[in-house]
Amino acid sequence: MTRAKGDIELAGVCKTYDGEVMAVEGVNLKIPDGAYCCLLGPSGCGKTTILRMIAGHEDPTDGEIVIGGDNVVGLPPVARRTAMMFQSYALFPHLTVRDNIAFALRVRGQSKAERYAAVDRLMDKVRLTELADRLPAQLSGGQQQRVALARAAITEPRVLLLDEPLSALDEQLRIQMRQELRRMQRELGITFVHVTHTQLEAIALADIVVVMEKGKIRQAGPARDVYAYPKDRYVAEFLGGQNVLAGRVESVNGSSIVVASPQLRGIEVPLRKGVAASAGGDVEFAVRRDEVELVRPGVTTLSPSVASVNSRVTAVEYQGSFVKVMLDAVPGQEFVAYVPERKFFDDPLAIGDLVLATWPSQSARLLD
Amino acid sequence: MTASATLPIRARTAVKVRRAGARPWTFYALLALFVFYVLALYGPMICIYVLSFQDVRGGLVFPMKGRSLHWFVDLFTQVRTGDVKGAFGRSIKLAALVTVLTVVFSFLAGWAFRRRFPGDTILFYLMIGSLVAPGLVLGIGVGLLCNFLGIESSLFGSALGAQLSWTLPFGVLVMFAVMSRFDGAWEEAARDLGASPLQTIRLVVLPILLPGIVAVALFGFTLSYDEFARTLQTSGPLNTLPLEIWSMTLNVTSPSLYALGTTTTIVSFLTIGLCLGAIVAIQRRRGGRAAGE
Repeated sequence: MTRAKGDIELAGVCKTYDGEVMAVEGVNLKIPDGAYCCLLGPSGCGKTTILRMIAGHEDPTDGEIVIGGDNVVGLPPVARRTAMMFQSYALFPHLTVRDNIAFALRVRGQSKAERYAAVDRLMDKVRLTELADRLPAQLSGGQQQRVALARAAITEPRVLLLDEPLSALDEQLRIQMRQELRRMQRELGITFVHVTHTQLEAIALADIVVVMEKGKIRQAGPARDVYAYPKDRYVAEFLGGQNVLAGRVESVNGSSIVVASPQLRGIEVPLRKGVAASAGGDVEFAVRRDEVELVRPGVTTLSPSVASVNSRVTAVEYQGSFVKVMLDAVPGQEFVAYVPERKFFDDPLAIGDLVLATWPSQSARLLD
Repeated sequence: MTASATLPIRARTAVKVRRAGARPWTFYALLALFVFYVLALYGPMICIYVLSFQDVRGGLVFPMKGRSLHWFVDLFTQVRTGDVKGAFGRSIKLAALVTVLTVVFSFLAGWAFRRRFPGDTILFYLMIGSLVAPGLVLGIGVGLLCNFLGIESSLFGSALGAQLSWTLPFGVLVMFAVMSRFDGAWEEAARDLGASPLQTIRLVVLPILLPGIVAVALFGFTLSYDEFARTLQTSGPLNTLPLEIWSMTLNVTSPSLYALGTTTTIVSFLTIGLCLGAIVAIQRRRGGRAAGE
């Protein structure tokens, strides 16, 4: 038997609840078969609505949803061969773990013996056998999640949809269960679509990260692309790890521009394909926080390929493997340097110290 | 130096510890109030229960004359005390019917009110309105209306309606509380796993809500079984038990009246015990299944 393809395509998908406010607005997205896709965005950005539309719990106001080549709009979840894992898992509190997992088979009219055989095989595979006779209330958060996954997987869906699956867990467990999710996805070999508002979770798990804002996709791509090469200010700030600076273009010379502002003088930023910049125009660019190096003024002469900004240390936070140094380079805006721990303690900075924040000019990234 | 500095601190702590063991005077004041409350609540009933166990010389007031079950026997054998047996049977049957209707309609109403719909607020207040309406007046109203429509007043007609106007709002309010803890995600999960709407109700909704439904049933039964004001003008020629007791207070001057009070109380407690037992059993069965590995 050939496995049904679980590639998903959204074409011009819109959703409005009241006819005025668009919860989802013209979303186009392709998720290949067997990919782990994370929909990332703040609450109310429409990511859960998209998930629920793929799942068949909401109908799009407009547009097409295609799974494995079939338009599934209007079909119930079972006919789509999708399964959803709910935010709080929604395990049936009156049923044991075994009966929870067997539920989908029960409503299909399978006999008790038949469905228990299938469930026991799956429970054995995902190491739930010893919990088979427990009730959901007697399980820990991580165990509940595994049961919810098994319950969704018993129908052998081609797409598994996960609505903030880790938000109910504490920090340590979250990291542990995140690995388990990824492992399950590889083992099942099916498409996972995972909704989250946690940047780290998304980039740690996903093959494709989809960053959303106000019902629209801002950027979609591999985790590294989205994190290291953000398209615009929103993506850069939402994913973090970047300082976003703004200024006016002083001059354009070949492959780079020179940007200036009251705080920045003559900062060189490489040009990027598809981003228009002309002298006199306003631009924004991003500098990775871990690219920023702090030097005390006058200690060394900077090479011409390094950009720098004068600033003062406003706060220092020890983070273990690195030290987060906050600077007042741009008034009213965060400017942060992630300094490797050992390097920081070679010459520790104190609040109020004057420093030059420097970075290789080529590492700056012009934003849309 | 340090020793002399720490000493007073230790002494002070010791004093504090001793005083923490003693209760403040407010504790005793509130305790007295509580004891008075319990006496006021249960005293009158206990008087009736105690006096119902007198022997043949018994009267309506203390002191207690002898101890026997004479008046209980009297209650069910003497014709002059009225048709207690028949009234009791009718009350139970009526209460059972009221219970079923209350459970069914409260469940449906609670289900409907989970979502907002046009006019829901008005409908809610209309429903709750009959809770605040004086029962006696409402009963007379139902009687009048039946009379006007040419319907004979009867236990399972007008009285049933009058009682439902009392038990339904209560049932719906309890059902609201029960449903507020029902997570809509359970329904959605059932749908996601391929359950039809009917399967969802049967396999997910009803089992989860079962303890709450038993509670609604308990309300329906006890409210109907004790109902007096609304039934008085609507029951037609045959009496329910509370009506029978009331008429007995007018013409029976023996402790059999008290014996009746004791008997009905026992029935009420049995009902409550049965329902609570059922709820506990449901939960234990779930827990037991879970524990029995």
